[in-house]
Amino acid sequence: MNRISGIAASNGIAIAKAFRLEHPELTVDKKNVADTQAEIERFQQAVNESIAELEVIKKRTAEEISDKEAAIFGAHLLVLEDPELIGPITDKINTDSVNAEFALHETSTMFVDMFEAMDNEYMKERAADVRDVTKRVLAHLLGVKIQNPSMITDEVVVIAEDLTPSDTVQLNPKYIKGFITDIGGRTSHSAILARTLEIPAVVGAKSAMSSIDNGTIVIIDGLEGEVLLDPDEATLAEYKEKQQAFAGQKAEWAKLKNEATVTKDGVAVELGANIGTPKDLVGVLDNGGEAIGLYRTEFLYMGRDEFPTEQEQTDAYAEVLQGMDGKPTVVRTLDIGGDKELSYLKLPKELNPFLGLRAIRLCLEMPDMFRTQLRALLRASVHGNLKIMFPMIATLDEFREAKALLMEEKAKLEAEGIPVSDQIEVGIMVEIPSTAVMADTFAKEVDFFSIGTNDLIQYAMAADRMNESVSYLYQPYNPAILRLVKTVIDASHKEGKWTGMCGEMAGDEIAIPILLGLGLDEFSMSASSILKARSQLSRLSKADMEGHIEHILGLSTSQEVEDYVKNL
Amino acid sequence: MVEKTFTITDPAGMHARPASALVGSLTKFQSDITMEFKDKKVNLKSILGVMSLGVPSGSQVQIAADGADEAEAMETIERVLKEQGISNE
Repeated sequence: MNRISGIAASNGIAIAKAFRLEHPELTVDKKNVADTQAEIERFQQAVNESIAELEVIKKRTAEEISDKEAAIFGAHLLVLEDPELIGPITDKINTDSVNAEFALHETSTMFVDMFEAMDNEYMKERAADVRDVTKRVLAHLLGVKIQNPSMITDEVVVIAEDLTPSDTVQLNPKYIKGFITDIGGRTSHSAILARTLEIPAVVGAKSAMSSIDNGTIVIIDGLEGEVLLDPDEATLAEYKEKQQAFAGQKAEWAKLKNEATVTKDGVAVELGANIGTPKDLVGVLDNGGEAIGLYRTEFLYMGRDEFPTEQEQTDAYAEVLQGMDGKPTVVRTLDIGGDKELSYLKLPKELNPFLGLRAIRLCLEMPDMFRTQLRALLRASVHGNLKIMFPMIATLDEFREAKALLMEEKAKLEAEGIPVSDQIEVGIMVEIPSTAVMADTFAKEVDFFSIGTNDLIQYAMAADRMNESVSYLYQPYNPAILRLVKTVIDASHKEGKWTGMCGEMAGDEIAIPILLGLGLDEFSMSASSILKARSQLSRLSKADMEGHIEHILGLSTSQEVEDYVKNL
Repeated sequence: MVEKTFTITDPAGMHARPASALVGSLTKFQSDITMEFKDKKVNLKSILGVMSLGVPSGSQVQIAADGADEAEAMETIERVLKEQGISNE
């Protein structure tokens, strides 16, 4: 049995025989032709055959998949009828006395290069369309047959070097159980389509085409990014079980979408999502998010030449608040500086960017920029349930200063007659150890805490999270971290406030039972982890976990904690 | 010759779907039809030509039709642009 590793592009397990989708190497030689008129006719014939073929594929795709997917072939047909493509080709055959293959190749290459040179992902995809159409005509000229995936009527796993746009839209999930490609990444066109069709896929497998024959039984493990060839009975049985477990799990998770998050002993906790732009809302709602625990506003400031205006920001915040329809939405004010740079904000290079002028420190240094964001947040506040959070707070003075600016802007807006919500909670990120230690003092003044574990761990362990040589110190289960987390949660509860967590740790299978036992009120994670976490929490008892906390916090190492939780 | 200026209002600019609909509706006309954007003029019957302009949202394009059926062609252009929601003028 052979094993190939690649990139896990789409979840699930597929077991079927391999179907090699080969794109024949079409080589073009330059030849001189005497009878140019006959050559033009030969070219026209190949174009007509391609048109007829595309009409069939288009119809079939519309029937079997959808009109939307069929539309790409409509675009291909227009390219084949394009006077700016066909004209220059026939001209070239005529004036240069060259063969149709060469004239076609030269002309289409010009268009491909032009689209690829454009500074726009969307336009770059058009290059793939032109290449796709050209290949089809070229195959007809050369008398080579191109395989069309829509003609597959057997359950198979497709193996290919790469999938062209016209291949991918023809993948009918009824027959195509999954696919493996040698090139591509998690965000390539084919990977995204696999996730839409919900079929397992492994991309970037490098050697799939060179090592898998037609008809070989293949297992695709889209969860791990593994491909197994010719599995023995035992492996086959193991993966069939895994496949069923995955299907069962998916069905169970889907049922939880509109459910509240409640533990086995009836305690409700809140599961939120971390987002970067209003576009991420769809994923939050699709996965049954009960809140947004972290809206990172820095993306609004990135990829542009100047600061976003107050109106632009108001619109973005209002869109998110409206989309959440009254559910809690925690917006973090600008966390920029250090390693995150803005081209239009010239900041001096720092020796220790993670310990330097960033986040709230920078905002208090540049109050005009900060006030604009605060005004935009206040103006948007009437559209939903807004909670404002300041990042990187190290001292109570910083919090007081930031909150004073917020209150000043609120008073100004009210004086201008602009409505502002009276229900806005104001809290802080806890990511600096000094703040965690002083949480009892902070809790008297803030409305909530949100623990940012990625930074809290980096600062508590003095380990640069960008430095791979010290990555072993990224230890979320280290009792030192857990004790800090406990200090923060306890301090908030003592003052009747709440604590959330918005780092990677909040969605971690091992950490969740501990955090539940510690009394965490809100877990915020990437949207795709929410249903899994909800399912896990429904099987856990908070009272039980509370009983384990004393023992866990008394353990000596991260590994001991991990082992203990795994064996519960 | 008839000529008209349009403002592209679709937030995504002149993208593939409406461009295909526009080009597809014009192949039947005899007239020469061109679209000009930022000093670059292309054949409006050519999908590759139209796409190569990469017209973004909010920009103005000049469309001209020249030939026996130019008036009818311009009517079609106005109708398709409106139907496709890429320009409302």
